[in-house]
Amino acid sequence: MRPSSTSAPASRADGSPAAGGAGAVPGAPGLPRLRATTNRAPAETATLEPGLDLVAHLRQHGRPRFRGAALLDKVQTAGLTGRGGAAFPVATKLAAVAAASGNAVAVANGAEGEPASSKDAAVLWFSPHLVLDGLQLAADVVGADTAYVYVHAGSDTRGGPDLPWHLRAALAQREAAGIDRVPVELVEAPPRFLAGEETALVSRINGDAARPTDKQYRPFQRGVGGRPTLVQNVETLAHLALIARHGATWFRSVGTRDEPGSMLCTVRESDGHVRVLEAALGAPLSFLLKLGDDVQAVLVGGYHGGWLSLTDARRLALCNAELRPAGTIVGAGVVIALPAAHCGLAETASVARSLALESAGQCGPCFNGLPAIAAALAELARPRPAGPALANLQRWAGLVAGRGACHHPDGTVRFVASALRAFAAEIAEHARGRCTAARSGLFLPVTAPAVTESDWR
Amino acid sequence: MRDANARLRVNRTHCTGHGACAELLPERVELDEWGYPIVSDTPLPARLTRAARQAVAACPELALRVAGGS
Amino acid sequence: MGITSSTALWYASRATGVVALVLLTVVVVLGILVNRRGRLPRLPRFATMSLHRSISLLAVAFLAVHVLTAIADPYVTIGIAAAVVPFSAAYKTFWIGLGAVSLDIMIALIITSLARARIGRRTWRAVHWLAYACWPIALVHSIGSSNDLRSGGLLALAVLCTAAVAGATGWRIVSAAAAPRPPERAGRALAKSRPRQGVGSPSRDAGRATADRPLTGAGVR
Repeated sequence: MRPSSTSAPASRADGSPAAGGAGAVPGAPGLPRLRATTNRAPAETATLEPGLDLVAHLRQHGRPRFRGAALLDKVQTAGLTGRGGAAFPVATKLAAVAAASGNAVAVANGAEGEPASSKDAAVLWFSPHLVLDGLQLAADVVGADTAYVYVHAGSDTRGGPDLPWHLRAALAQREAAGIDRVPVELVEAPPRFLAGEETALVSRINGDAARPTDKQYRPFQRGVGGRPTLVQNVETLAHLALIARHGATWFRSVGTRDEPGSMLCTVRESDGHVRVLEAALGAPLSFLLKLGDDVQAVLVGGYHGGWLSLTDARRLALCNAELRPAGTIVGAGVVIALPAAHCGLAETASVARSLALESAGQCGPCFNGLPAIAAALAELARPRPAGPALANLQRWAGLVAGRGACHHPDGTVRFVASALRAFAAEIAEHARGRCTAARSGLFLPVTAPAVTESDWR
Repeated sequence: MRDANARLRVNRTHCTGHGACAELLPERVELDEWGYPIVSDTPLPARLTRAARQAVAACPELALRVAGGS
Repeated sequence: MGITSSTALWYASRATGVVALVLLTVVVVLGILVNRRGRLPRLPRFATMSLHRSISLLAVAFLAVHVLTAIADPYVTIGIAAAVVPFSAAYKTFWIGLGAVSLDIMIALIITSLARARIGRRTWRAVHWLAYACWPIALVHSIGSSNDLRSGGLLALAVLCTAAVAGATGWRIVSAAAAPRPPERAGRALAKSRPRQGVGSPSRDAGRATADRPLTGAGVR
């Protein structure tokens, strides 16, 4: 799906005072922050792809004011966390890589993997120079002499925009202008769910398949070429680039105290319409999408996140403080409203099957357990399922979580467990031989199975 | 091995479910229904050190190790 | 009584050589069994690996006697160096040379296996592949160095050992080729857990966590 323009005005997506209110910095942007704008006359912009205007970018944002140790300090105060799903504190990561011995490597991770997510594609399409600024600034902080941009391959594989082409053009512009201190190489990722996992990314850049590795040594210790490697999501780097211009107070002017700042969300409404919008962390979910009575349940956090009942979704906000107790996470900001006409169990079973097939096939509990879970869910999605399916499901969920080299089994279990809660009524209906769904097609997007070695390279 | 916080760790990408570890150190390892080890995270007391060492050496894939510290 | 010390040394060398060959045959077969995650009946799993190692050390012991008696025997001119430096003996240079090659490989296998934890998986495995060269070279050395294996009971023994190694190796090749590669494994497991006849049927192994599994030879268990 092509990333579409940002949505509703800033005030709707913003759960806190807009620019001009308490904590705002004069001249600094309110929401949206990451969307590229241009002041050029239409004729001049006609030949330019969105975002590929280095001059306009520099005119709009100016040059970074903070670098190196000063920038690290700002990032620490700002409380910026990763926007790739794990929400790890960025300053901690930067400091860890900077402290590790040996020349470091910096990587911008744009391989979002999740089929329902297109926010990384959006920020790379509309604001590539912000991301690439962030990459240079981060490389500077950690003392890296090499940098990479890691994105899924061209438009035909995932139906999205041709990001490699787009980024190469942006990098060429920067090289011509001589603004990048550290050389940047583009590496293409296979269209796998796990391709963006940190160690899978390192593996791919090192020339092997994009499969996760054991965590005895994490990338910040030993990564690309055995060197300390900083891996940051592309949206995170864009925020970093803005903090370098506007400081920590500005960054914290939206969001909550514990989860400051804004984040890009890929929102799929119950009518199937998909948008990428920028929301303040802590904004009510009802600000992000329509939660009418035609919505059966809301999936927050993507396929490693969890389902919320409509009631819960209407009262909860986009922050881990509220979502974790409800059994889900912010993750990479995927929010999907499932229409009542579809069967929640069938949808979950379809996704579970896809997640099982996205297993890297390395760890026994994963490549055995996830298919077993998927098959049991498929059974539950039928009318009058066989007796042990639910009990088996619960047993396997307990057996599989935490026993893989990466968090794929854990995330899948979270997703499945939340489905068993959210669709409990549907499970009871199916046990009686009935399904409340009116529609038979599937609503949630899933990836095609990958069965050959080349699918992982 | 003298570390009070020594724990058994398995490299999940190398483990092929051979199962020798569960036989040599049943106090810390049991096998799931697919033959893969469920490793307890409790620290290894001194009396299990020898058995742990044997289990580590017995793994054909070198997937088992004893990690000290937290 | 007409048996000189030279004859005794010569017989000792040939006898220990035969025993070493048989032991090496068992070691290779056990090694393949470990690799394919098979187990010996009525023995625990770690026993396969344990026997593989113990018998390989026993084989080394017999090889040591085999080599030392051959060197000590004044009838044949085989110096100490010729035991490990291939093709440097004066007596039957080529055939003894093959023995030295095989011995060299064995020494490498033993040392890397003892230091396995230190040198890492990849290096260890790369060296251990040489085991498939070690055995045939030892066999050819045995056939060429003396007439013992060319007739009678010892010929039958040689044929038996060859059949065992060839059979085990063949099985290993077929089994490895049939085992699913990582990208195929989840798909295979999914196909296996698919219910039959459209009616739900849970996995047959449900509820049975067991440490007692039969020989599968497959990558998915």
